[in-house]
Amino acid sequence: MRGRSKGNLQKALNVLGPFIGLLFVIAIFALIPEVQGRFLRGGNFKSVATQSVIVALGALGMTLIIISGGIDLSAASNIALASVLAAYAINAGAPPAVGLVLGVAVGGLVGLVNGTLVTRLRLVPFIVTLGMMGIARGLAKWIAGNQKIDAPMTWVNELMAKSPRPSWLLLAPGVSIVIVFAVVMAVVLRYTVFGRHVFAIGSNESTARLCGIRTNRTKVLVYTVGGLFCGLAGVMEFSRLTVGDPTVAVGLELDIIAAVVIGGGSLSGGEGSILGSMIGVLIMSFLRNGCTMMGWPNYIQEIIIGVIIVVAVTLDRLRHRRES
Amino acid sequence: MPDPTAPPALRMEEVGKTYGATRALDSVTFELRRGEVHALLGENGAGKSTMMKILSGAVAPDSGRMFIEGRPYAPTGPLDGLRSGISMIYQELNLAPHLTVEENIMLGREAHAAGWLDRRGMKARVREVLDLVHHPEISPDVAVKKLGVGAKQVVEIARALLNRSRILVMDEPTSSLSQEDSLRLFEIIRRLKEQDVSVIYISHFLEEVQKVADRYTVLRDGRNVGSGDMEGTSLEAVIQLMVGQKFTEMFPRVPHERGEVVVALKEMKGSRMASAVSLSLAWGEVLGIAGLIGSGRTEMLRTMFGLDALAGGCLVVSGVETTKAAPWVRIGQGFGLLSEDRQGEGLALALSLADNITLSCFRPYLRHGLLRVGKQERAAGDWIGKLNIKTLGPRQKVLSLSGGNQQKVALARLLHQQADVLLLDEPTRGIDVVSKAQIYGWIGELASRAKAVLFVSSYLPELLGICDRIAVFHRGSLVDVREAPGWTAQSLMAAVTVGRASGG
Repeated sequence: MRGRSKGNLQKALNVLGPFIGLLFVIAIFALIPEVQGRFLRGGNFKSVATQSVIVALGALGMTLIIISGGIDLSAASNIALASVLAAYAINAGAPPAVGLVLGVAVGGLVGLVNGTLVTRLRLVPFIVTLGMMGIARGLAKWIAGNQKIDAPMTWVNELMAKSPRPSWLLLAPGVSIVIVFAVVMAVVLRYTVFGRHVFAIGSNESTARLCGIRTNRTKVLVYTVGGLFCGLAGVMEFSRLTVGDPTVAVGLELDIIAAVVIGGGSLSGGEGSILGSMIGVLIMSFLRNGCTMMGWPNYIQEIIIGVIIVVAVTLDRLRHRRES
Repeated sequence: MPDPTAPPALRMEEVGKTYGATRALDSVTFELRRGEVHALLGENGAGKSTMMKILSGAVAPDSGRMFIEGRPYAPTGPLDGLRSGISMIYQELNLAPHLTVEENIMLGREAHAAGWLDRRGMKARVREVLDLVHHPEISPDVAVKKLGVGAKQVVEIARALLNRSRILVMDEPTSSLSQEDSLRLFEIIRRLKEQDVSVIYISHFLEEVQKVADRYTVLRDGRNVGSGDMEGTSLEAVIQLMVGQKFTEMFPRVPHERGEVVVALKEMKGSRMASAVSLSLAWGEVLGIAGLIGSGRTEMLRTMFGLDALAGGCLVVSGVETTKAAPWVRIGQGFGLLSEDRQGEGLALALSLADNITLSCFRPYLRHGLLRVGKQERAAGDWIGKLNIKTLGPRQKVLSLSGGNQQKVALARLLHQQADVLLLDEPTRGIDVVSKAQIYGWIGELASRAKAVLFVSSYLPELLGICDRIAVFHRGSLVDVREAPGWTAQSLMAAVTVGRASGG
């Protein structure tokens, strides 16, 4: 049907921009002779993929939240809290599976609280999650006694191992988990009633309410899902570090939000895609990877990423203006 | 054909609503027959929107009963209203711009199996309903934000139909529509009647209402002061019911004299204008600018006021050529602009009336850099009285006023600023009949005090009524300028719609 292909073409074009950006970033470092050899190796790509897992998981939830017109500034603190709790549990002798579930659950709980405050108190998400950012981080430090929690090695730590034990798993289990969940979330957004309602609420909340959509319920669910993904990201963080560090992931929420925005998400709601966000995550990971290889200090990376965000949003604005 | 023997589609009996000290509705009884178009008329603040809010279920009445097709109807919220078959279509359309036509039409009623969307099924149903309203050219897969206003309205109507609504309430449906889209809308309404759908039609355009409606009801001060068949009823009789007294002069003639040219556009072309324009405006003149929506008039005003950059030609103000300008420069030169986008550009909705009215002329209220609030509020109070703005006081937030009263606040700002050259873009849009006449009086008075007024409007009768000269825009270019007596209603309409000036 002509109409259907028009819609699909539009969606493809939306992701084309970020995708070109990704190719561009890879090309830049691929063309620099000093790092060419190390950059374009399969092992390096595996590294990048593994390093992307935590931000990618956060971005899966954040995509949903941003599409619905909200934002979650507490994502990184939530990640830290979850990683501390997972470490605490395993250190206390609980089976690793329990530690994992606990980490994810506490993330979901924080998300649930965010969603409830946003809908009940009718406060702007920016403010609610800004407050939660401090609360969750503080809780993490409290539980950890202001230090890192050591935990014995278990299979949980295998999740983020770059070269996984059963070697037929080409990538770290964490990466496969991200891919699976990304596909699930993409399908949910496009093919379920819930997904459509999320877009509707972000596009015009009063219209959504007028049409009988339970906007409060949907928003609480969106924030809870976001929180669950942060919880999982926290477990991955613990897996990577092998300790529960309450000071981990500071400022990571900005990376997560940047990934979603670079991938086509609009902070005013109604737009965004999982694929776009994942490409956004990869763009930033490759950037950091390339910069590190070049030996450039951290602040160069921060400046570059900041520039990328501004460029991406400007290009997006221009594209929208040309449409209308 | 409306059938008077079947139980009425809607019956509201002695419905009342009081807000604090104000009786918004006073024992109103109203009947809507099946398959009829019923016009609901009344001034701003007469009670129409309160009545519709009660009907839709958004507000609960203090007294009275309602019946839909004979069955008692007592909604506990707007969802009840929807489920009972009542759909409201407001001027500010209720659509999600990022979603497609199909997604908007099916919003809240998606066909699904355990949460999984049945996209193919829904698209088929959407095509069906779009065929029903004879707009098969609207593709279900297009994002709504890409549609024109007329098409967006069709989408809302389609959604109402899919919700199996038997009663449609249309609030000012044609105020943002072009002539063509309006005619198409009337076609759709005709089809709805054939399906036994009833329409409550609220509009300030009385000539239109006369053509479209079968019956009418007039509200005044919260009371039903009269209803009857539209056929055989004159507009004067209806206006009299709305106003409650003998309404003589719609277009008060205030004598004024044209003086020297104050503003001359010399092949002026702005960044958003389609073509260059040469036009002049004199002191003591009311110059009307007629044209269809999108014909380029607003863009010309924006360039004149400095909102858009000048891309060619120049503007001569009191004999001095200016090429670059910005709004503050123009304000300094005595210009004032009343924007057509009153909510977006004309007002600061979150601020109070006092703040809005004094926004473009703050200096008189400053003492050593501090704002003298009392003085500001007194001045605002003056203007509230002069323009008869229905409000609780100068401290009330403009956000909470009705559309027509908001428009009056925007106008008050211009008048307060004591602008010498007034650029008015659709100043009477959304305003009731009596206030319109008042504004025409103001414009006449300004002209008599040798101010210059540029009056952009899509409502031809008012242009013919008060302007000295009328210019016509068509598709971005100025096609003709004539002294008012040189135009007739027909020739003006022809120039506006077709672009060719005919004989007379």
